[in-house]
Amino acid sequence: MAAMVALRALRWRLLSGPRAARRRLSDFPVPEEKPQFPGASAEFADRLEFIQPNVISGIPVYRVMDRQGHVLSPDQDPQLPQEAVLKLYRTMTLLNTMDRILYESQRQGRISFYMTNYGEEGTHVGSAAALDASDLVFGQYREAGVLMYRGYPLDLFMAQCYGNASDTAKGRQMPVHYGCRERHFVTISSPLATQIPQAVGAAYAIKRSDGNRAVICYFGEGAASEGDAHAGFNFAATLECPIVFFCRNNGYAISTPTSEQYRGDGIAARGPGYGLLSIRVDGNDVFAVYNATREARRRAVAENQPVLIEAMTYRIGHHSTSDDSSAYRSVDEVNYWDKQDHPISRLRHYMVNRGWWDEEQEKGWRKSSRKMVMEAFEEAERKPKPSPQLLFSDVYRELPPHLRRQRAALERHLQLYGEHYPLEHFEK
Amino acid sequence: ALQISRGLWKKYGDKRVIDTPISEMGFAGIAVGAAMAGLRPVCEFMTFNFSMQAIDQVINSAAKTCYMSAGSIAVPIVFRGPNGASAGVAAQHSQCFAAWYGHCPGLKVVSPWSSEDSKGLLKASIRDDNPVVMLENELLYGVPFEMSEQAQSKDFIVPIGKAKIEREGTHVTLVSHSRPVGHCLEAAAVLAKEGVECEVVNLRTIRPMDIETVEASVVKTNHLVTVEGGWPQFGVGAEICARIMEGPAFNYLDAPAVRVTGADVPMPYAKILEDNCIPQVKDIIFAVKKTLNI
Repeated sequence: MAAMVALRALRWRLLSGPRAARRRLSDFPVPEEKPQFPGASAEFADRLEFIQPNVISGIPVYRVMDRQGHVLSPDQDPQLPQEAVLKLYRTMTLLNTMDRILYESQRQGRISFYMTNYGEEGTHVGSAAALDASDLVFGQYREAGVLMYRGYPLDLFMAQCYGNASDTAKGRQMPVHYGCRERHFVTISSPLATQIPQAVGAAYAIKRSDGNRAVICYFGEGAASEGDAHAGFNFAATLECPIVFFCRNNGYAISTPTSEQYRGDGIAARGPGYGLLSIRVDGNDVFAVYNATREARRRAVAENQPVLIEAMTYRIGHHSTSDDSSAYRSVDEVNYWDKQDHPISRLRHYMVNRGWWDEEQEKGWRKSSRKMVMEAFEEAERKPKPSPQLLFSDVYRELPPHLRRQRAALERHLQLYGEHYPLEHFEK
Repeated sequence: ALQISRGLWKKYGDKRVIDTPISEMGFAGIAVGAAMAGLRPVCEFMTFNFSMQAIDQVINSAAKTCYMSAGSIAVPIVFRGPNGASAGVAAQHSQCFAAWYGHCPGLKVVSPWSSEDSKGLLKASIRDDNPVVMLENELLYGVPFEMSEQAQSKDFIVPIGKAKIEREGTHVTLVSHSRPVGHCLEAAAVLAKEGVECEVVNLRTIRPMDIETVEASVVKTNHLVTVEGGWPQFGVGAEICARIMEGPAFNYLDAPAVRVTGADVPMPYAKILEDNCIPQVKDIIFAVKKTLNI
């Protein structure tokens, strides 16, 4: 300590003494004044100071509209044409209607399980509209609106939930675990956050083959706590992948509120730690989600770098049909978001303000969308289940001999004793 | 990357050979994702002990996805690396995972012994459209083997799901995989001097297991001893014995089948203890003599 004081004093004398005019130490860059560590490049600090995590006034929330659908800064309005905006609105409301009916059908014992998207419809359609149709989507389980925006038909949504013979997944998954190769939507997988490093790997593969395609990876703020998320973010940055990470921060992971999920400034604040471009947006503002996703995608592809978007929103429904959220949150809280800050209402206000929508169209659309959903629903109920033969396929790419034998044994068994089984409910 | 990919980076560069941050769940995950998006990745675990940190990606994602997506998503990936006991690396670096991975439908699991096995099975695994786990052995990396002209040719493949008779015999069938195959052959050489001719079957593939080759051998010799480095409970030997009982070969057994396995303890570090925790040639000889009642 004393030595340092002496050294400083010496430098001061050298710098300001009679020789100072001829030669200053600062004229000669001295290597030991800048850290040379391979692990980080920064200046030295000679005061002991901890970095205080900023949670009171953290990363701001980007928005375009206020809660009444008024655009705050006109230059931020993406100027989407009327048809495009109507598509956003119709997709969100159709999803909402389908959710209501399928949730009820679970309550009535018609399907085994369901998850609604109430309150988060804006995050789905805003981001889906900003992507190219061929961009690869890895979801968690609450992104059905993305698939709906891409044109996945109602009867296939229902077929998957009912596990009937029209289900492209052959009845193998729990409801809402949709997948569609043609629409570039990877099959939903239950374990949380496993899709994050997979999305990065896919982005890496895509980078090698196609310079114009991006990957988007959706996950909740709870899944972001998984180790897979940490690994995925880090790898995306080190491998320079064209990927958009889209975090739906909806306030709850089943019953765990964000105050117990993390102590930092949400998920967006973690991005810079990994070297990711990061932004926080109002997830209930479709245009904010659209603008952020569009720019994120553009940069991810142009610069081969990952971008992190944290969309703040609120999960209005229960986690799933296996959850009753009144056990851990107040009805008032839920009502606030449902009535005062809902993506569907906000977009409707915008459309009404522009003269693109009115009460009559709203009534008409509610009626026709409900009719579409009910028709698909009744159709799905009527259809048979997949054939028992499908029990054995797709374990491997090719049917192995031992499963072939078992399938043949089942067939023989059913030929003899089929009348004891409810075969009429299954496709042949 | 340890020794196996040495030279590959120089030849193929950064795009084909990738060093990643240290996270098994991370790099197994990105490899699975890359396979889903159309590449044919080879994912190396420094040892399969660390694959436990990625086990969800291997089982829930790689193994089950073809089935759960009803065939629309293929995962043509190879997970490879050293498996089982090495020398003086203690419990967390010495476990054998043949039974763990062999348990799961959706995976194929191979376990080479010789150089020809290693080359042929790796090629076959990469070319296979299913997820394959290739369980190599660190101590075998340094052991030279004779290789035939055919085995040295460019497209030499060892088919997955076929066992190989390494030594023909008439008195007892020894079934093994990986390094213990060598021990079986040594035991067979010793026993031959006493007039006992052992037939040594190298499984080569754990899943799908070529039980037909084992059955044919048992029908011929009437005695069965399984040898493996892994723990006894729920192991490869247990599966072989169960299948023999379920099949035609049961009627040809003149004595109960016997398993020679690793000791049912976490691998100790002290050399004298470690040596006695894995099957040695003398243990195989003892088991054969007990089975043959000599």
